[in-house]
Amino acid sequence: MGEPSPVLEMTGIRKVFPGVVALDGVDFRLFPGEIHALMGENGAGKSTLIKVLTGVYDIDGGDITLGGAAVRFTGPLQSQKAGVSTVYQEVNLCTNLSVAENIFIGREPRRLGRIQWGLMRKRAAELLARLDLNLDVSASLDTYSLAIQQMVAIARAVDVSARVLILDEPTSSLDASEVEQLFKVMRRLKEEGVAILFVSHFLDQVYEVSDRLTVLRNGKLIGEYKTAELPQVQLVEKMIGKELAVLDDLENKAQRTRAKTAEAAPILSATGLGRTGAIAPFDLTINAGEVVGLAGLLGSGRTELARLLFGADRADSGTLQIDGKDVTLRSPQAAMKHGIAFSSENRRTEGILGELTVRENIILALQASRGWTRPIPRRKQDELVDKYIKALQIRPADPEREVRMLSGGNQQKVLLARWLITEPRLLIIDEPTRGIDVGAKAEIQKLVAELSDGGVAVLFVSAELEEVLRLSHKIEVLRDRRLVEELENTEGVDADRIMQTIASGATS
Amino acid sequence: MTILKNRLFWPAVILVALLVVNMFTSNQFITVRDGHLFGTLPDILRGSAPLLLVALGMTLVIATGGIDLSVGSVMAISGAVACLLISDLGNQNSVGSVLLIIGVAIVVSLVLGLWNGALVAAVGIQPIIATLILMVAGRGVAQLITDGQIINVQSSPYATIATGFFLAMPVAFLIAVGAVVLTVLLTRRTALGLLLESVGGSPTASRLAGIRSRRITVMTYVVSGGLAGLAGLIYSANIKSADSISAGNLIELDAILAVVIGGTALIGGRFSIAGTVIGALLIQTLGVTVVAVGVPSKATLLFKAVIVVALCLSQSATFRQKVFGRIKPRPATAVRAEVPA
Repeated sequence: MGEPSPVLEMTGIRKVFPGVVALDGVDFRLFPGEIHALMGENGAGKSTLIKVLTGVYDIDGGDITLGGAAVRFTGPLQSQKAGVSTVYQEVNLCTNLSVAENIFIGREPRRLGRIQWGLMRKRAAELLARLDLNLDVSASLDTYSLAIQQMVAIARAVDVSARVLILDEPTSSLDASEVEQLFKVMRRLKEEGVAILFVSHFLDQVYEVSDRLTVLRNGKLIGEYKTAELPQVQLVEKMIGKELAVLDDLENKAQRTRAKTAEAAPILSATGLGRTGAIAPFDLTINAGEVVGLAGLLGSGRTELARLLFGADRADSGTLQIDGKDVTLRSPQAAMKHGIAFSSENRRTEGILGELTVRENIILALQASRGWTRPIPRRKQDELVDKYIKALQIRPADPEREVRMLSGGNQQKVLLARWLITEPRLLIIDEPTRGIDVGAKAEIQKLVAELSDGGVAVLFVSAELEEVLRLSHKIEVLRDRRLVEELENTEGVDADRIMQTIASGATS
Repeated sequence: MTILKNRLFWPAVILVALLVVNMFTSNQFITVRDGHLFGTLPDILRGSAPLLLVALGMTLVIATGGIDLSVGSVMAISGAVACLLISDLGNQNSVGSVLLIIGVAIVVSLVLGLWNGALVAAVGIQPIIATLILMVAGRGVAQLITDGQIINVQSSPYATIATGFFLAMPVAFLIAVGAVVLTVLLTRRTALGLLLESVGGSPTASRLAGIRSRRITVMTYVVSGGLAGLAGLIYSANIKSADSISAGNLIELDAILAVVIGGTALIGGRFSIAGTVIGALLIQTLGVTVVAVGVPSKATLLFKAVIVVALCLSQSATFRQKVFGRIKPRPATAVRAEVPA
């Protein structure tokens, strides 16, 4: 098979931000009719490379050739005109407009200045049919699921310019069947000769759909490989540059320490605790040093349950006991007084404060619990912050950098540091590993195990069953805003067993 | 180069430039007469006191992502309360009574601030609407207090807070400086500044970090009310009367402008008190300069607007890059041109 010439070729790409070399001599090739995965940890330079390609950033060195001609993008519009389209993680469409309007917004078919609505709808339907989608194109976009919206975005992108399509984390909020549907669309486009650049944190998906992959680490090119020829373990090693001993270490850890935690005193116990419209009344006991996993689908009430235990929402039924005493958590401060910490799943809107520095973000919760009149002395702040930047390997290790400049995984670590310095007895973490890379994921899992060994109770909420199984002593399964089953994490319990419960409801 | 990038560089340059203009146009820029400072500069400092005070409170409110439109009306009410009580005094020159009355007027202003804060943080009305209520109603209240009249007072202790001198410096300016120092200590020596910026950055994230967002928000409106009340006292002491119509009229806009010039974004978050001080002094100096250089009175507002536009443009990174930034990318392009060759 002779190699065709690449539709896109980037050589020696260099991009420097103040104090950081984000891309250092990176080469990247994209062939027509292939799905190419861009792999790397958070902060490896994936996003920067994509932003260079889409014209958001100008480069400081290197060359870009598109279809054989040298190009230099100075804006997103220019890059789009040249044939590069992007569909981002968060769908950038107007959900209040119709499907057809969304596809043709800004380039509606016109005659004598009037929009030809009929023709527009017809073309939209044809375009979607090409992707095997059969939608009512005059229905408002928000009547469709996120997955369909994403495919509409892809349809639009492909119609605008069909040479290069960039999909940045398209699957992060889709369920399994929706992912399948998306992959079908991607394969269809591939057959039509579109070059697709695919970014995902899900290794299985990368292996399922991609033909070739490029690995970046710390802004440098590690290599380009045929997906079929590179085993998963090797890929992960190339991405994080170290052996996966950390993860192996964690295996069976949960079982090992089980005996101890089952006998420990309960920190918190809820009886019939619930909130109308959010989560049905549930019973739950969490012992010191115990890791309790919350499993369930998106919208099954995982977050709602966690929020009740932190006082972020108020319970309207049932009782809650902390250390054997009845308490009512009216606010997060009240929960914090009892040594409960909560890291939200919405990192950007409910977690970090982007404009504040790493240091300020880390000390925030501790400072809030001390009250404004008792500032933490600066020397003490620096001490604590340095300690946790080192312990959690927050990169870049600059306490005075604004948090919004950090990658997702590092922002997550900052959030964890914020709660760890309050020395909680119960740490509630909601989706701490979502959208972050394998390396950071392993580090966070390791941290949870260490906390548990140190006697801290952890309520671990995650959509990834594998992760829940690896860490938890016991697993609470939620379905349709109801806690349906509590499983001791023993030998016989595996992902299939949990999925059965999720699918069929309570087994008792 | 770093000093050029500082947001306060251009406002400071313009402020100094305006002062230099005044040095040449005014007969007496600064001299010592009767043991205290005299001339244009001390006048500017004295005259800037009300705006400084109001802008200071506004900075804190804006840092939480709010806005306080009612400051002008609070000024009117506080002046009205003070003048009404002083005019009822048997001896208007009694220092003790005047101090007590000043205290009463400030407490009233704090309560008005609390009203704003409650509407915003407890009831959940948008700040611009919540404070608009008091902005409109407040002038009415002030007129009711004065019974629609302009109340004149003949109290030398009261006049002192506006026109007096202490250690050769104008008392009004010293009051403003005192308020600035207090606010800096209050926000930067405690954790209040950080918590304020956090609430301004995201109230939801702040609440989940255990910060009592509401309490902090209410506090900023209370402080803003108190400082506006103090400004109202200085204003009315200066004219020795309570004028409910023109006291603090449109001062909210100058104050917002001062805050923005000082580099605090209207969406909340990071705030700069030093910036606000420069902003307020600049606006005051601009007003004086416009008169001094003889811009016709019909054109003064327009002239002021032109300066403000220029100032805002100078602070916009995008604009600076478009106009001056061309110089930098060129060497980079030249290097790249050599590579293929």
